Amino acid sequence: MSVVIYVPGDAAAVAVGADRVAKAITEGLARRGVEGRVVRNGSRGMIWLEPLVEVVTAAGRVGYGPVKPRDVEALLDGGLLDGAGHDLRLGDVEKIPFFAKQERFTFKRVGVTDPVSLDDYLAHGGYKGLERAIAMGPADTVEEVFNSGLRGRGGAGFPTGIKWRTVAACAPGKKYIVCNADEGDSGTFADRMIMEGDPFQLIEGMTIAGVAVGADMGYVYCRSEYPHAVIAMNKAIQAARKAGYLGRGVAGSQYDYDMEVRVGAGAYVCGEETSLLESLEGRRGLVRAKPPLPAHKGLFGKPTVINNVLSLAAVPFILSEGAKAYADVGFGRSRGTMPIQLAGNIKYGGLYEIAFGVTLGELVEEVGGGTFTGLPVRAVQVGGPLGAYFPRALFDTPFDYEAFAKKDGLIGHGGIVVFDDNVDMAKQARFAMEFCSVESCGKCTPCRIGSTRGVEVMDKIIAGVEREKNLAILEDLSHTMKLGSLCALGGFTPYPVMSALTHFPEDFGRGPMPLAAE
Amino acid sequence: MPILHAMQETFGYVPQDAIPLIADAMNLSRAEVHGVFTFYHDFRHEPAGRHIVKVCVAEACQAAGARDTSPKFEKALDCAFGETRPDGQVTLEPIYCLGLCACGPSAMVDGRLVGLIDDEAIAEIAAEVRS
Repeated sequence: MSVVIYVPGDAAAVAVGADRVAKAITEGLARRGVEGRVVRNGSRGMIWLEPLVEVVTAAGRVGYGPVKPRDVEALLDGGLLDGAGHDLRLGDVEKIPFFAKQERFTFKRVGVTDPVSLDDYLAHGGYKGLERAIAMGPADTVEEVFNSGLRGRGGAGFPTGIKWRTVAACAPGKKYIVCNADEGDSGTFADRMIMEGDPFQLIEGMTIAGVAVGADMGYVYCRSEYPHAVIAMNKAIQAARKAGYLGRGVAGSQYDYDMEVRVGAGAYVCGEETSLLESLEGRRGLVRAKPPLPAHKGLFGKPTVINNVLSLAAVPFILSEGAKAYADVGFGRSRGTMPIQLAGNIKYGGLYEIAFGVTLGELVEEVGGGTFTGLPVRAVQVGGPLGAYFPRALFDTPFDYEAFAKKDGLIGHGGIVVFDDNVDMAKQARFAMEFCSVESCGKCTPCRIGSTRGVEVMDKIIAGVEREKNLAILEDLSHTMKLGSLCALGGFTPYPVMSALTHFPEDFGRGPMPLAAE
Repeated sequence: MPILHAMQETFGYVPQDAIPLIADAMNLSRAEVHGVFTFYHDFRHEPAGRHIVKVCVAEACQAAGARDTSPKFEKALDCAFGETRPDGQVTLEPIYCLGLCACGPSAMVDGRLVGLIDDEAIAEIAAEVRS
């Protein structure tokens, strides 16, 4: 009997030794003369258990983790192949509370299947969404996405259906689908996990978009820091093309659609949609002024749908299960699920997909289990380097676009970075300014000069030079950047800076203030 | 950009002499190609060291202790961030996020990812770089 063993090939698992574990298992099986196959699946999202090895037994899949290469021999001797007991045995991984409590719509296949096997994808419900889209026709497909209430998962939260409608309404001709996979925010890795763990889903989502709006070409713009994701995407695209799911007449229909991956070169600002388009066209990633919107004049001046990986990856589910199934869960105007990424100083870090409405406190304390250093949580930054810092006092905020906006924050791409009470918030505010100055594209003055001055002012504040005067300058500067910048980089950098100052004034040499003196 | 990536892959950096050649082939001005080349952090102007160590310095890794481990890297490798050691053995670079934010601090050593960095991992990397 041939055994099947899953060892994640996800970059996070590889970073903690999954490649060596896979090698040790392959060698161990060969030495014992056991016929077996090691499948490199995606990660289940429980990063603290990686490398998480799963064995297929008569009673289902049995997990073990975290497995170190030196544990492999003992595991094999101890009956790993039969799912026998061991200190590292986790049992059915889907019953682990962290996993069981989730609502996995977008991530339902990640970690379960062989990411680059089209057969596996089809066996797990793949391409049902495209089938239905082709049967429904373009106009109804656009409406289906609109009715699902799906909003841009990149951070802005703009309704995806409206973008699609706009592009669909443009005169027929060359149109493009662009997938923003320039996931530069620290604390986020959901896009990477989709591309490495279920690349066909993204391809299917983009194909549906192409059929719906009448575009025959698509690009995935992936950041260069994700080499594993680029490899997985390229393999999957080749397999899909070979099987007739890309190219002329996709899946036997009258619609043509093909796509390719383009790799960025380490510019954070290229995650901004217009800067990304400039970069795709082979130029410096300078932000464009809007209007015209990319939906009217996007890539090479043609109407373009530009969506985040998570938005496009949510589309196959919406088409196969229906808009209602997606819109039924959620909170207020935020419908569906959000793949949340718990990161930084957190005990149980990883990917947690759940309907909107869960509170920040539940996520950090209950799901995440607090900090791994064991110290109290002092601050959490939500939404990447441009997201606000939240103190414990705001832990009752529900995860929802509007609720976060009301507290002067943003959910961004769903990344949560946890800090313990050793953190110096003035240093974090300085870092936000420094990051903006390094990554600014330089087109607009508030961002280019404002961030540089911001670092200088923060240095003076940290050194204790004329604190009150410099804090007033910092506030004024943040105000200018917020209102005067062309894009979100300069416009949102004040969020982490101002939230740090508002919620943690003592780190800036100000006494704690219960209420802002406005 | 695919051309610049290919250059860098072949030579390890983009030689200055290549700029006019690319401009000619693409029917662009030298200034335009130079502009693209200098905009992106990834493209190198000169050869890097024999080993390249990229250490994540973004928030999630800071929260997990990168503010302590980063200076240790500089010391262990005897090389400052953004520089190549004079003997050409190693280049140390800061990087903003490798997407390994739940197992930080993280780094990339010659393309190999390393998570959960501690003193032992730094010592291992230093030894690897010495060889």
